[in-house]
Amino acid sequence: MYRPLVWLAVTLCLCCVGYMIIGARGPMSFVIPFRGAKIVALILVGVSISTSTVLFQTVSQNRILTPSIMGFDALYVMILTGAVFFLGGMTVAAVSAHLAFAVTACAMTLAALLLFSTLLRSAHNNLMRMILTGIVLGALFRSITDFMQRLIDPNEFAVIQAGSFARFTQIETDLLLLASVVCTIAMVLAWRMRFALDVLTLGREAAVNLGLDLQRVQMQALILTAVLVAVSTALVGPVAFLGLLVVSLARLVTPVESHGVIFISAGLISTITLIGGQTFLERVLQLSTPLSVVIDLLGGALFLILLLNGQRR
Amino acid sequence: MISIRNLSYQIAGSPILTDISLDLPKRKISALIGPNGAGKSTLLSLVARLEKLQSGTITVGDLTVGACSNRELAKHLSILPQMPDHVTRLTVKELVSFGRYPYHQGRPTDEDDAAVGHALALFGLTDLAQRSVDELSGGQRQRAQIAMTFAQDTEYMLLDEPLNNLDVAGARSLMALLRELSDIHGKTIVIVLHDINYASRYADWLVAMQKGQIVVEGTPAEMVTPALLRDVFQTDADIYHIDGVPFVMV
Repeated sequence: MYRPLVWLAVTLCLCCVGYMIIGARGPMSFVIPFRGAKIVALILVGVSISTSTVLFQTVSQNRILTPSIMGFDALYVMILTGAVFFLGGMTVAAVSAHLAFAVTACAMTLAALLLFSTLLRSAHNNLMRMILTGIVLGALFRSITDFMQRLIDPNEFAVIQAGSFARFTQIETDLLLLASVVCTIAMVLAWRMRFALDVLTLGREAAVNLGLDLQRVQMQALILTAVLVAVSTALVGPVAFLGLLVVSLARLVTPVESHGVIFISAGLISTITLIGGQTFLERVLQLSTPLSVVIDLLGGALFLILLLNGQRR
Repeated sequence: MISIRNLSYQIAGSPILTDISLDLPKRKISALIGPNGAGKSTLLSLVARLEKLQSGTITVGDLTVGACSNRELAKHLSILPQMPDHVTRLTVKELVSFGRYPYHQGRPTDEDDAAVGHALALFGLTDLAQRSVDELSGGQRQRAQIAMTFAQDTEYMLLDEPLNNLDVAGARSLMALLRELSDIHGKTIVIVLHDINYASRYADWLVAMQKGQIVVEGTPAEMVTPALLRDVFQTDADIYHIDGVPFVMV
């Protein structure tokens, strides 16, 4: 077993135990299911974000872009808001949360495929064009969402409020079961692609030379990315820079070019960041700063550093 | 044999290749030469299915490019790829191991490991096997990449301007290596070259291209003449023969 992975796993266990027991008052029969559900949700979010980021970085052949920088999660929120805007909040609220999630996730996956597969084909070796397009798309989705949210009734806004900004304290736990199933399936599929993804890191030409069906692998990876982003956005809302932060850290901690290892280490680091960070902020600092602010501050700084370093090279 | 029939290719309406029909001989080194923009690299990428065929057919041995599966073709034909810069943390051995991917799809057998070991030994990379690729010099890196395509164990090998970043020593040893691959291992090699002298010295068969068409093909001795330089390359230069090999006085 690869040693850093063991240390990460141990750290994660400590974080989980800390999250469960620190400051626990009241009967354990209440605390365990209550906090347990949150931990499961944080784990799902953590691995969804890290895996989707690794997938997207490999497909887009760079180490800077992440699905959220490219506006995947903004797309999810836009579609959800669009549904409330056009169908009415009561219609959306009346259908079960599961159905709403399923429909939104499917619509988002389709839209993401249309948008990003063309982008990958036309700008695959032009990082600056990809970044620009991503930032413009993200801004576009967010403005459209904003515009629609301003027009709808405040009562209806409550339906989508949950998905509009990142929060780790109130998690949509009613989606937990469906999210875990979807997430598990996506993880298994991503895991089975790991060797093909290793080949893809050698570059398009080398991948074709080695007999990879480039189109198919890219499509699969994009679909999985979109589905995983949908899972994490549905649970905790858009988290801008977590993916970039944890995957870059994973590449430092486990400096090997193997997707098998990177998937695991990025997933572990991601869940450690969420659960450990949440334990610290929620229990030790008594919620004075939201975790998403800290993550975005660190991740945003890292994004700038990577971008400026890349420019100089 | 690589057979190309009635191949045409255009990008955004402007023709890059026009009605090319060409047979490239087996177990020989064929060099595509010609001025910049003649379509040599495009022709090579089409054979290697890096670009999609628009019209015409290409067959490599029994396989038809575009009709047979990518994976099947990868066991018969390899191209020395252009690699992105960030593939830095792979060791030489890991890089060479990728050459076996068409066979094992990620789960190498003993046979695959043996093939990798053989490729490393043949290319003098055994000592460097555990070094990471970004620590290598340009020539060593090129060698490692060719070792990878050798480990792929294909009958046909394509190389697009492999001498570009090499100094004289690197270029000569690479060409000598290709000669060995063709003479001893029976590989059919197609190479795009800028330098006619390297083509003349090391290739068996030259194909001269100009403006997307094949102008003339033949052995170096009959091909490299003042007329070729004048008509194809638009330059006047003297040709000298040394040991029967024609050289351009540059």
